[in-house]
Amino acid sequence: MKEAVEIGRNPSAEPDLPDLMARVARGDQEAFASLYDVVAGPVLGIVRRVLRDRAQSEEVAQEVLVEAWRTAARYRPERGSVMNWVLTLAHQRAVDRVRSVEASAAREHKAALLDRTPEFDEVTEQVEARLEREQVRRCLRTLTELQRQSVTLAYYRGLTYREVAELLALPLGTVKTRLRDGLIRLRDCLGVTA
Amino acid sequence: MTTVDLHTLTGAYALHALADDERERFERHAADCADCAQEVRELTAAAARLGLAVTASPGPALKDQVMRRIATVRQESPRTVPLTAPRAIGIRRRRPARWVLAAALAAAASLGGTAVWQHERAQDAQEQARQAERRADQVAAVLAAPDAKSRTATLAGGASGTVIVSKSRDQAVFIAARMAKPPSGKVYQLWFDDAGTMRSAGLMDPGRTTEAVLMEGSVDGASGMGITVEPAGGSAEPTSDPLALLSFPA
Repeated sequence: MKEAVEIGRNPSAEPDLPDLMARVARGDQEAFASLYDVVAGPVLGIVRRVLRDRAQSEEVAQEVLVEAWRTAARYRPERGSVMNWVLTLAHQRAVDRVRSVEASAAREHKAALLDRTPEFDEVTEQVEARLEREQVRRCLRTLTELQRQSVTLAYYRGLTYREVAELLALPLGTVKTRLRDGLIRLRDCLGVTA
Repeated sequence: MTTVDLHTLTGAYALHALADDERERFERHAADCADCAQEVRELTAAAARLGLAVTASPGPALKDQVMRRIATVRQESPRTVPLTAPRAIGIRRRRPARWVLAAALAAAASLGGTAVWQHERAQDAQEQARQAERRADQVAAVLAAPDAKSRTATLAGGASGTVIVSKSRDQAVFIAARMAKPPSGKVYQLWFDDAGTMRSAGLMDPGRTTEAVLMEGSVDGASGMGITVEPAGGSAEPTSDPLALLSFPA
């Protein structure tokens, strides 16, 4: 399954980002403006995908971008690309928001989860239909149906693996394994190195 | 949960699909499991590609808001010990030294140096090596000395240099900010000024434009310091006009 496809340039490997990042870490606002231009679209995209709500998404995306400025000095090039760093932060913050909202309504949580169930097909379809990167779409297809469902529910919906298990009526261990195997397959297909 | 169970959580961890307590347990495990840490890095990178695939187009208002906000947000200093870094010898000892350094740099900044705290980053970057740690400790000791005094000068091209002298320790630290890279094959050399005679005080790292350097040798009554551009490896005495001369604070 080592089918690395490269269609178009891969923005996660943007060559000048580490330099920009180093300047941002030194307090260079101009450098931050350039960094913003590269990462703001993906940041807003993933936050919106997880949260859905437009106003909340803008708010969280703004928090993420300000956090990137604030913590720029903590970025470590040897631990991954700048784009990975920012997108991981964005996803984490989007998920944090989902969970904090859900924690405040813990009793309704399960009902809410079940309510959202019909959305699932719609989500995956939209994801499939709107994927801007052909290789991601192709690579998602190399996953088994259940791997793909598990991975996309966790990533694009911000569900915990326990919630994924509940939703798909699968044992916890099965979901853990699927998430890992699915991502490994995705990694190999995309030719991701870290 | 067994170790094997924990290892299979790399995927869920990379997808932020763990509850807080499980995440903490996994992070503790991954700190001692190089394979897990590597797998997490790879799977996190794969997950980020899922994010890239759903890129949106933010309106111009978002950029305006973000740029306005960052102008008022102070940046954090680098984390001294990366979360999943292999345990290095001396971490326990380093922490207090770092705090002293940070505090001293903040103090130096308030004495009139411009954005001196940024040098903590230069000090910190990639510094797992014990040699660097020792140097940093010495720098910190000078900066934290009760009788430390500083003087700042603006250099060409918006760079700045700050010298901090401690008479009791008979040592000095030079902090450069935003200096232009030296021309290829050249290096910045520091000098003590002994009443007009320049005595070498070591070289700056040519790869860094912002750096805090412990000046080599004792102050020994020097009245000031200078900085020149010299051929790589340095010179026994200056071969070019100084970029800057700073007299030591009285």
